[in-house]
This record gives sequence, structure tokens and C-alpha cells, in this order.
Amino acid sequence: MKQYSNAYIIGFAAGVCLVCSIVVATSAVVLKERQDRNKVLDRQKKVLIVAGLMEEGQTITADEVQQIFDDNIRIQAIDLETGDFDSDIDTVTYDQRKATKDPALSRVAPKNRAGIKRVPLKVLIYERVAGDEIELLILPIEGKGLWSTLYGFLALAPDTTTIEGLTFYEHGETPGLGGEIDNPRWKALWKGRSAYDAEGKPAITVIKGAAGPAEDDPFRVDGLSGSTLTGRGVSDLVQFWLSDDGFAPFLAKFRAERSAT
Amino acid sequence: MKAAHKKALFDPLFNDNPIAAQVLGICSALAVTTKLETSVVMSLAVIAVMALSNLSISVIRNWIPPSIRIIVQLTIIASLVIVTDQILQAFVFDISKQLSVFVGLIITNCIVMGRAEAFAMQNPPVDSFLDGIGNGLGYSLILLIVGFFRELLGAGKLYGYSVMPLVTEGGWYQPNGLMVLAPGAFFLIGILIWVLRNYKPELREN
Repeated sequence: MKQYSNAYIIGFAAGVCLVCSIVVATSAVVLKERQDRNKVLDRQKKVLIVAGLMEEGQTITADEVQQIFDDNIRIQAIDLETGDFDSDIDTVTYDQRKATKDPALSRVAPKNRAGIKRVPLKVLIYERVAGDEIELLILPIEGKGLWSTLYGFLALAPDTTTIEGLTFYEHGETPGLGGEIDNPRWKALWKGRSAYDAEGKPAITVIKGAAGPAEDDPFRVDGLSGSTLTGRGVSDLVQFWLSDDGFAPFLAKFRAERSAT
Repeated sequence: MKAAHKKALFDPLFNDNPIAAQVLGICSALAVTTKLETSVVMSLAVIAVMALSNLSISVIRNWIPPSIRIIVQLTIIASLVIVTDQILQAFVFDISKQLSVFVGLIITNCIVMGRAEAFAMQNPPVDSFLDGIGNGLGYSLILLIVGFFRELLGAGKLYGYSVMPLVTEGGWYQPNGLMVLAPGAFFLIGILIWVLRNYKPELREN
């Protein structure tokens, strides 16, 4: 066998690494724009699905998604702490994920069980509107599941307690186990249940086992077998975002405003 | 086509199928075959990675120092897998979400490394390229067969289209839940291996 000098071996390894890194970096940079567009489109689709404007698995073109989105959905920026609308935020370019990491645009989250470390000061919420009437409030939620951070939306009726839908658009849970949070049949179980109990405390919980129908058992949702920890994560994160640290101030103001008019 | 090329391309389909005869690459075969659509995309990804990794490793095979050959192979394979993943994310976003980690796990697919080490290190580029495609096809064949039966029996659908209407949707077919879970794929792959070894007794171990 041919003998190679150490210098040759190190040089060869460096060369291979250089070439490979150039290939990987090029593909990442060239395709980034397209991937980002896909992610935005995917999020818009999820908003439409949770808003009941689109069926799960329905194939519609990017332009149609944009069209339905523009016609029916209004994006609002709110100040999470006070619950007031904030018209200074450009809802098109505002990147909530980035803001959550920016110390100037976010704050340390209070102690919570949902694994949330920072919360953004301003949050984008979506409203499904018909004319001027708000039909549905769509709130972004996130938090830790078992392996990954789950990002999703919770849709509430204008009474701010009836849940109209829940969907996650990004997560890394085990396919077939925790990943079943994407299962349309499980997601359908959330519809009609109540987010808050009579005292206005966040009450909705994913339990182990099966819950009753929404009318009899409004605060509990069936667990997914084989994914107790993901289910616990979902409970914790939904409750966090419904609490005073999450959207409760905004929802209180929203209710007050509605009963005033 | 030269006989050697033909052998490199077609042998892995039946005579030396990587999954059924060599029992390699089982884990991803279990994971991504719940639906035909993901099976197809995964197959294409593996074929692309195998063909290109075999080709590039074969091109530089005479310069690779033996002491670091495995890590060089892995580096090349890993880079190709990342590029493939990026392309899937850019062009078939929904499917890439369903395949999730399993595209990344092509890196650890024993078939890819196995062919790089066993074939591409000793053979010229064209043969290696064809060997990569052939083994990719052999892997794909099993994936597609398993995906076909799992989607049909587990969800009553083929490629997302309803073939046998489900009881839950007002039809007559009671879906077989086992097929949706990983054990269903174990049974199917087991049956395939049994069929192939019955048909080709020379594959049986003594």
C-alpha cells in the first residue's frame, strides 16, 4: 500500500472539507429565498386552515392562498403586556421569531412550565373578518413539546373563550407519536371546548385517555397515546399563552370593547 | 451497454437487493413508507445521494489516504444529503416536512456508506455511478412496494387518492391501523424477504 505523509493527509482532509463546505453553503444561500417564501406560505395556509377558510390537505396555488388570505384575514400587532394595538409595527416585515431572540424587542419570560424563555414585546395576531365584523381571533402560540419547540395557532371565537381550532405549523416531535398533533381528527377535538373556566382562569388541558364530548367536558381534550409528554407540553403552552403573561390582557380589552359597542 | 455496467445497475434490484438480500437501510424503510408519496420522494433523494456520492468518491478514490477514507466518505455523503434536504425544502416543502428528520438520516443509511466503501473505492466513476443508481433503485423498489401496501391497507388510499372509502367517511373499508405504525412495515419487509429468498434460494444463508 502506498504510504502518505501526514502533511498530505491533513491537506487532503482540508481540501475535501473546503469543497464540501462551499457546495453546502452555496446551496443554502441560493435556495434560501425560496425556502423562506415556502415558510411564509405555509404559515398563511395554517392560518387559513385554523380559520376554517381552507381544508387540510386541499391543494391550492400560492396565489390563491395569498388571495383568500388578503380578503379574509387582518393582521394586527399588539403589545403583549398591555394588550393594546400597536399600529407602529409593520405587520408585513415584522419577524416575531427574530424579535423573540432580540433583547431589545423581547423580555425574559416569567417562570413557566412551557419551556418559554423569552416572549416578544409585540405579537402579531390574525383576525378573520367579514366586512368589519371580527369572526375569529387567531393567536400565535409556541412552547416546548417533548423534543422540540412547537409553533402554532389557537383560534378563539369572539367570546374569547370558545376554542374554534388549534394547529401547529412547525414542530419536531416523533412522527407517529407526538407528531400526531398534526392529525386532523385530534385537532378537531379542540373545537367547541372552552379555554377559560367560569372564573376566567386558563382551564383547557390535554389529559391522558379520552375526554367526553365538548358540551359535557369542555375543559379537557383527549390525550394522544404514546405521546403523554408532547400532550403535557401542549397543555402547558396553551395555558401559558392564555394566562396574564400571554394574551389575557389583550382578550380582556377585546371583550370590554365589544360589550361597550 | 457493457455487461459490467448492466450488472452494476440491475443486480441490486433483485439478485443483491440492499434491503431484501443484504438487510440494510431498514430504519428509514420503516419510517417513511406510511404513504406512497413520501416513499417516492425519499426514493428519489436516496438515488440522487447514492449516485453522486459513489461518483465523487470514485473520482478521487486514488488520492484518498486509506487512514482517513471513512471520514472522507462521510463528509462527502453528509454534504450531499444537506444539499438534497435544502432542495427538498425549497421545492417540495410539504413533503420535506413530512419526511422531517429522515432525509437527514440518509447520512446514516448503511447502504450509502456500504456502497461507497465496497464499490466506489475500487471501481471507475461510470461503474460506481451506475452502481449507486442501481442500489438506490433496489432500495426504492422495496420502499415503493411497502409504501403501496401500507397506504392502501392503512388508509384506503393510493398516492393520496381514496381507493377504498373508509368506514369513518361513510365507506366500507375498516383501515388496518397496524399498517400505519412501524411494525406494519416490519411484517411487509419480512414477507418480501421471504418471497425473494424462496424465489432465489441462492440468497439463503446456510
